[in-house]
Amino acid sequence: MSRFVERHPAWALIAIIAIAVALWLIFAVWPPGLEEAIGRKRVFLNAVFNGITLGGLYFLVASGFTLIFGLMRNVNLAHGSLYLFGGYVGYAISTATGSWLLSFIVAFVLTALVGVLLQLIVFRRMEGQDLRQTMVTIGLSIVFADLMLWACGGDFYQVQTPNWLIGPVELPLITAVKSSGEPVYLRYPMVRLVIFAASVVIGVAMWLALNRTRIGMIIRAGVDDRDILAATGVRIQLVFVGVFAFGAGLAGIAGVVGGTFQSLSPGEDIRFLLASLVVVIVGGMGSIPGAALGALIIGLAEQLGSVYIPTYAIVVTFLIMVLVLAIRPQGLLARR
Amino acid sequence: MSLTHDARLAVRPAAVAQRPVRTWPEINNPAAWIVAAILVVMPLVANGFFLIEIFATTLILGIMALSLMFLAGYGGMVSLMQLTIAGFSAYMVAVFGVSGNANISLGWPWWLAVPMALALATAFGTLGGALAVRTEGIYTIMITLAIGAAFYYFTNQNWAIFNGHTGINTVATPHFWGVNWRADIPFYYVVLAVAALCYFAVEYLSRAPFGLALQGVRDNPRRMAALGFNVNAHRVAAYAFASFIAALAGVLQVWNYRQISPGSVSVGACIDVLIIAVVGGITRPIGPFIGALIFVLLRTFALDFLVRLGLDGNRFRLLIGLGFLAIVFWSSDGVIGLWQRWRQGQRSRDGRQGEGRGHG
Repeated sequence: MSRFVERHPAWALIAIIAIAVALWLIFAVWPPGLEEAIGRKRVFLNAVFNGITLGGLYFLVASGFTLIFGLMRNVNLAHGSLYLFGGYVGYAISTATGSWLLSFIVAFVLTALVGVLLQLIVFRRMEGQDLRQTMVTIGLSIVFADLMLWACGGDFYQVQTPNWLIGPVELPLITAVKSSGEPVYLRYPMVRLVIFAASVVIGVAMWLALNRTRIGMIIRAGVDDRDILAATGVRIQLVFVGVFAFGAGLAGIAGVVGGTFQSLSPGEDIRFLLASLVVVIVGGMGSIPGAALGALIIGLAEQLGSVYIPTYAIVVTFLIMVLVLAIRPQGLLARR
Repeated sequence: MSLTHDARLAVRPAAVAQRPVRTWPEINNPAAWIVAAILVVMPLVANGFFLIEIFATTLILGIMALSLMFLAGYGGMVSLMQLTIAGFSAYMVAVFGVSGNANISLGWPWWLAVPMALALATAFGTLGGALAVRTEGIYTIMITLAIGAAFYYFTNQNWAIFNGHTGINTVATPHFWGVNWRADIPFYYVVLAVAALCYFAVEYLSRAPFGLALQGVRDNPRRMAALGFNVNAHRVAAYAFASFIAALAGVLQVWNYRQISPGSVSVGACIDVLIIAVVGGITRPIGPFIGALIFVLLRTFALDFLVRLGLDGNRFRLLIGLGFLAIVFWSSDGVIGLWQRWRQGQRSRDGRQGEGRGHG
C-alpha cells in the first residue's frame, strides 16, 4: 500500500479524495441543494447497498471462475451453467424440505460433483490445450443449458427466503431529517445483508486458506508454475480436481443466493457467465482479491448506473472494462 | 516403419513438382468446379424455400464464419464479436436506409446507406480489434464475448437509435435496373457473388505478403517482432479486413430478413458463428461454408427428424451442442480435418503427417 502511494502519488491522492467523497455521501445528511441536484439520499443509499450486495453475489460466482483459471488456465465458459444448476438444485431442495441452509449444502455438493466429473472426464484429457478446453466448455454450456431447459422448463423460479431473514432491518445511516428534527434511518432487507456478510466471510476464508495453509501454498505454487510443482512430487491432478470441485461448488452456492434475491430462468447462466467474465477482466485473471475488487466495482456501477443513467447502465460496465483494458490490460490487481 | 518413411519421402517431391507455381488451388481441382457449377445453376432446380432459407442463409452465415476463420485460422485470434459487427452493419443499413420505423431511419438511398454501414461497421470492428489485440489467446475470446454481450444489452436498452427490443422492421431492399433484388433468384445471385468474392479475397490474402506475415505473427509473434514486423498493426489490420467481410454479411442478412432486432445479435448467436467455423474447420476458407451448411440443415430439419425418431423436437440445440462437442473432441480441424484424415487413412494406414496445427 505504502509502495503504491510512493510510486503513484497523484493516483493515490485521487483515490483518497474519491473515498472521502464517497464516505461523506454515505454518512452525512445531505444539504437540500444536493438533494435537488441528484435526487433523494434514500435512493442513492439503496443503490449503493444494492450494488455492494450484488457485488457479493458476483464475487461468489467470479471467485470460483478465477480460481479455476488461475490454476488450470482453463476458461470455464460453462461456469454460468454450474451457477444455474446450483440454483435449480437449491430451489428443488428448499421447496422439498423447507430448509434454506440445507439447500446451500446440497447445491454445493452436487455442483462440486459435476465439477469433479468435468475435470476427470473432460479437461484431464486435453491438458495444456487452452483453446480446445475453452471450446469444449462452450459446447458443454450449450448442452447443459438445453438439458436444464428440458428438465425445468422456461419458468421463473425464486428460492423461498426463510422466515427469520424476511423483513427489513434499520441501519444507523440517516437518510433524511424530518421537519420535526427527527432523523430517518435507512431500512434495508435483512437477507441481502446476511448474504453479503456470508460472501465476505467466504472471501476472507479463501484468502486465509490460500495464504496461510499448506494446501493454499500448493495452489499458489501451481498458479506460478505447475510443472515444477508436479516435479516436486505433489499429486497435481488431485489438486486440480479439488480446486475444480471447490470452484464449481462456489458457483452452485452463488446459484442459490442468486435464486433467493433475484430469480432463476434460462438465460441467467449467460448473464452470470458474462458478469464473471467482466469482473475477472477488470480485477485481474486468477486473483482472488482482484475478483473481490472487480465484483464490487461492477456491482456498484450496475446499480448506480441503473438508478442515475437507466438507458446506458450496461454501457457504464462496459466502459469500465474498456478503460481497464486500455490502462492496465492484465487487470487491476493481477501481478503479471 | 522405415518403409512408410521412405514412401513419404518419395511422395513429397512429386507433390511439390506437380505445382511448381503457386496459383489458385481451385483451378486444378475438379470438385471445386463441380461445386461452383452446381451453385450457379441452383435456381433452375431449387424452389424459393431451398434457395433462400437453405442456400442463401448458409452463404450469409458462411461469410460471417469466414471472417472468424480468417482471424482464427491465419491470425490465431478467436473473436466472438464477428456476429456483433455484422449486426452493427445490419442496424446501420436499417438506420440510414429506409424502413418501417420512419422516426429512426434517415431514409437514405441504399447506395449511400450501404457504404456508410460498411464503413461504420468496419471502424467498429477495428476499434474492438484494437482493444482485443492487447490480450492473447483465451483472453481474446473473453473480451470479444464481452463486447458482443455489451452490444446486445445496449441494443436492448437504447430506443433512440436501435429501437429497443422490438428492433427495426420492414427494412427496404434495393430496386434498380427494373429488378427487385430481394426477389428469390436475384437475391440468391447477389449473395453467391458476395460469398465468392469474400472467399477468393480471403484465399488471395492468405497467400499475399500480408497474409503470410499474419501467419508468421500467429506462429511466433516474438520472432516476427524481431524481424521488424509490427505485430499489433498486422493484427489490427486483420481485424479490419475481417470486420469488412462480417459487415458485408450483415448487409445481406438485413436484406434477407428485412428486419433486425437484438435477438439477432444475442450472445447465443455469437457463439453459433464460432460453432459454425469450428465445425467446418478453421484452417481453410471453405470450412466455414461447410459448417454453415451443416448448421442450417440441422436447424431447419432437426425438428422433423427428431419428431420422426419419436423424440422431442425442441432438443435441436442439444443436438448442435453434442455435435460440436464431438467435433472438438475428435478432430482439431472440424469436418475438413475428419475428411482429410479419412483420405490419409485410405492412402496409408498410419499416415498422420500434415495433421495440422491445433486451433489458433
